[in-house]
Amino acid sequence: MIIDHPLLGPRDASEFTYMGDAKLIDRPDWQSQTAAQEFYEYGYLRDNPAGWHEELWFHEAGDRSWLVVTRNTVTHDISKVELARDVARARGRSK
Amino acid sequence: MHDLQPVTALGGADPHIDTFDHITITGNNGLALASVAARMGHEKACHTALKKLLGTVPAPGKAVLHDPEAGFWMGPDQWMIGAPRETHELLADALKNKFGDAASVTEQSGAWVCFDVIGPAMPDLCERLCAVPIRRMVAGDAQRTMIHQLGCFVIRRDNPEHIRILGPRASAGSLHHALITAAHSVG
Repeated sequence: MIIDHPLLGPRDASEFTYMGDAKLIDRPDWQSQTAAQEFYEYGYLRDNPAGWHEELWFHEAGDRSWLVVTRNTVTHDISKVELARDVARARGRSK
Repeated sequence: MHDLQPVTALGGADPHIDTFDHITITGNNGLALASVAARMGHEKACHTALKKLLGTVPAPGKAVLHDPEAGFWMGPDQWMIGAPRETHELLADALKNKFGDAASVTEQSGAWVCFDVIGPAMPDLCERLCAVPIRRMVAGDAQRTMIHQLGCFVIRRDNPEHIRILGPRASAGSLHHALITAAHSVG
């Protein structure tokens, strides 16, 4: 599998480490009334789709950046690769 | 006062030199290193300071082989700056004065071992060592990769037969072993 790094171009997947569902970016608000329930879901509940899935990958043997990779879990096709920090900032995280 | 003698990464007072038919591997003891990471919201100021220092901001995957300070891109908004140790032993302090609040500067001289690999067999050796596309790389390309399970930087220098490898200093012996093994196999 080849991951097309947004800064460095196509790199072999062996350079990367899978770090889980990209939903981990959406950390709940700890001050919310229902924080306990939200953190339970955040910590333990994951979808397991047969198809397109947004994932976090860490370029461990490269520039050490975190990526959001949109990957088809059935075919291993990759349709989109973005820097995780750009995705997080677009969602209003990290200001 | 202590009277301490500096030793190289592989031990001893002088850098190790291994000579083969088509390749020479030289420990480079003369580098001062410091990393620069732009602080959030100060990226522009950091770029301006880098430009002043190196002439240009190293782009992703690139090094700027400038004198006396040189630098290469390590990751988003992160760079490594190197200079001759003789004249720039306090490189991190000097850089901190230049970058101020625009960047976090970390001393790196004691963290890395540097090997210069020079000779006509350099591309063959590099292909046995790691996954960087050495024959497509041009002078000034710098890539991080795995060599012998160690995260290393490979920098292609002006001389087409020369690459510089920076690896973790604490594993200098392992990296040196990997280099020597590869050099034997390119014969």
